[in-house]
Amino acid sequence: MDRRHFLKMAGLTSMVMMSPLDALGASGKRRVLVLVELKGGNDGLNTVVPFADSAYYRLRPGIALKKDEVLKLDEKVGLHPSLKGLHASFKKDELAIVQGVGYDDPNRSHFRSIEIWETASKSDEFLEDGWLARAMGNKRSGDLLLDGVSVGEQDPGPMRGDPHILTFSNPEQLTRASKQLLRPTDARSENDALMHILDTQREILRASSGIEKKLADAPSLGVSFPGSRLGKELEVAARLIVSEVPVMVIRVSHGSFDTHANQQGQHARLLEQLDEALVAFRKSLIKHSRWSDTMVMTYSEFGRRASQNASRGTDHGTAAPHFLMGGKIKGGLHGQAPSLTDLAGGDLKHHVDFRTLYSTAATGWLGLKADELKTYKPLPIF
Amino acid sequence: MARKMGFDAARHLLSRAGFGGSHAEIEAAAKRSTKDVVEDLIAQAKRGKMHEAAPSFVGEAPALLEMRSRRRELMAIKDPVEQEKKKDQMRREAIQTGIVRALEFKGWWVQEMVATTNPLTEKMLLFWHNHFTSSLQKVKSPVLLYNQHMMLRKHALGSFREMLAGVARDPAMILYLDNVSNRRRKPNENFARELLELFTLGEGHYTEKDIKEAARAFTGWTLDRKTGTFRFARGQHDYDEKTFMGKTGTLDGQDILDKLLELPQTSLYIVGKLWRAFVSQEPDEAEIARVAKVWRESDYDNAAMMRALLTSKAFYEPEYRGNQIKSPAELVIGSLRLFRVQFDKTNPIVGAMRRLGQDLFNPPNVKGWPGGNAWITSDSLLVRQQILTRVFRDPGNFPALVEEGWGALLDKKNAGNAKKRVDMLRRTIVPVEPIYSIADVSEDPFELVRQLALDPTYQLC
Repeated sequence: MDRRHFLKMAGLTSMVMMSPLDALGASGKRRVLVLVELKGGNDGLNTVVPFADSAYYRLRPGIALKKDEVLKLDEKVGLHPSLKGLHASFKKDELAIVQGVGYDDPNRSHFRSIEIWETASKSDEFLEDGWLARAMGNKRSGDLLLDGVSVGEQDPGPMRGDPHILTFSNPEQLTRASKQLLRPTDARSENDALMHILDTQREILRASSGIEKKLADAPSLGVSFPGSRLGKELEVAARLIVSEVPVMVIRVSHGSFDTHANQQGQHARLLEQLDEALVAFRKSLIKHSRWSDTMVMTYSEFGRRASQNASRGTDHGTAAPHFLMGGKIKGGLHGQAPSLTDLAGGDLKHHVDFRTLYSTAATGWLGLKADELKTYKPLPIF
Repeated sequence: MARKMGFDAARHLLSRAGFGGSHAEIEAAAKRSTKDVVEDLIAQAKRGKMHEAAPSFVGEAPALLEMRSRRRELMAIKDPVEQEKKKDQMRREAIQTGIVRALEFKGWWVQEMVATTNPLTEKMLLFWHNHFTSSLQKVKSPVLLYNQHMMLRKHALGSFREMLAGVARDPAMILYLDNVSNRRRKPNENFARELLELFTLGEGHYTEKDIKEAARAFTGWTLDRKTGTFRFARGQHDYDEKTFMGKTGTLDGQDILDKLLELPQTSLYIVGKLWRAFVSQEPDEAEIARVAKVWRESDYDNAAMMRALLTSKAFYEPEYRGNQIKSPAELVIGSLRLFRVQFDKTNPIVGAMRRLGQDLFNPPNVKGWPGGNAWITSDSLLVRQQILTRVFRDPGNFPALVEEGWGALLDKKNAGNAKKRVDMLRRTIVPVEPIYSIADVSEDPFELVRQLALDPTYQLC
């Protein structure tokens, strides 16, 4: 029996033992996880800045952020000045910041490291399916229309291998394309490959027409989003949530954060775009009473090296902080800021395994039963 | 006189051992015996004639060497601000050159696959590329990956023993699996691990100790960065005693490879993969064992392995016809060949294949493309249909076929009979009964071809 087949069977029994009630948010509506991928490896030290540590200024003489410009979180760390909206959310106790997230034997290749993050594998292990595909099981449960949607990015990343997902930039385009390209059929076949094609085809038609119906009845958002790509993607995410499309996960992405040279301006712009888009997203969900059912979580393939390089940039590194925010989230600082004097070959040592974020999201937030994440205790943020 | 293959068996063979065939090609094979047709395919492949000339960058220094000489150029600039500017410019140039060469390289292979008269070689190469994976993303040098490709090409239907020896000494592979940093004092196990897990024995047929010992045996197998060729670095090699799979001695890399070929598991594992690629996702253990034995007894002659597979009764079982999903290469190259689509640029074709999930020379990881049903996702199915719909919007995309009245797909003498016309096109274009009923709405075969190419069964191989 191959792995995929095995997972399919396992999915029927143990992996999705979710009662519909677990997944219902404060308003009695379905909870949604919104993943924001920071592509290219975000520089954690200049995002959550250890402004009280002289080692930070020693390691980064050309790119360090000044103590008086960072947005203070406590007496030791503060946010990049671009992150005004996130800072306000932190003050409102809606933003949890997890410091020092990473994994053992870190890989510094973008390609390989994001694969490790997407599949939640060990550093030397190769898994085909994304961690969410496994956590959500391969079977749709309850009233769900879809397990997940990847907005923009064609590769569904952490949902790879889940048959109940869709990828699109714009729902109207998806509806149009599926109507034009696929003809409805209830044909069945003994041929496993053909059956897979027919099932996939039916899945697209069913889900896209479901989305179309929900959107047709939905109020307009009434909040304007920034014109950045992330702004547009989060606007689509907000529309799906506000129109109550029954879906567990929406993934958007932003970047590239691969700031090898003269990073200051570029990094400030990227974080500003992130901040503005999330501010609009939050505002629209509050307006339509869905903010309490939503949790936003960032991830990225790695942080960057502790010291700057010769081009006033930073090279591929390891541990980094990540954000979790939402109306029901208890804000605060979690984990531990990596030491800047106790480095591993110039790299930050992580204190929180990345799968802790996943167990927080999958079991803590979505109420899924994900056995493989059991050893990682969800963060106390609910 | 041996029995004729018949049309459906011939179609099956040509679509698995090649990229499919026109009506005339299938008919020609159908009239001959399986043995003769397979023998011809193999003989042609062994002649190894190529259609395309080498890409323009071949013969240039490997990118690694270039970087080094340019570093010297950089150091010559004394003003730090100017040096920084130059460095930025060089980085941008290097990225740009890398993109251009990678596209040329991928386009070159696409062109070869479309134009070749010996598609079996190309299908074997797709198989070996997915077995002995290496990626441009990591290796970064199109020249080195081209050299690897040509080495695999040389042995595609030749000796696996030589291929394996070539792979272990291949500079692109040495970079891809970090054997450059496999040194006596600090062994790097990456190559040794994948050699056992993915290239020869398969998971569960060795111990962690075997990996450690094999890694030691390959210490010092590195490359000369100036020439981009294999180099054995004596000073980095571990000459002490090792024990691998029950064999003890001052083993080196070649001893490990020899030992792996002594173990029948290697042939079982690789033929199992071959079965999935060429026959079915469901293994037939007895058949796999039989072909593996033939292969071992021929001292790993790949032609003997393919002959055993393609002439077997099992290969032609009805349950295996049309039971595989076409890979993006099979779909795209097969369509370009069958419908004789004219194109003057390869970039859109390379791009389409990447969009469909098969970016040539960039497998997703060391395990290669998972293949099988995984080729079809909600995203890739829409893209497949979109590409086909676009191509079939206009008969003008098929000038060669239009000009000769679709004669490559239709047998002229029966083309006038509506029922026969539908039947002939259907048996040529799709392997099983179409899902949607095919309406012969006009005398124009184009509309029929279009309907068949857009039917879900066209995605089957």
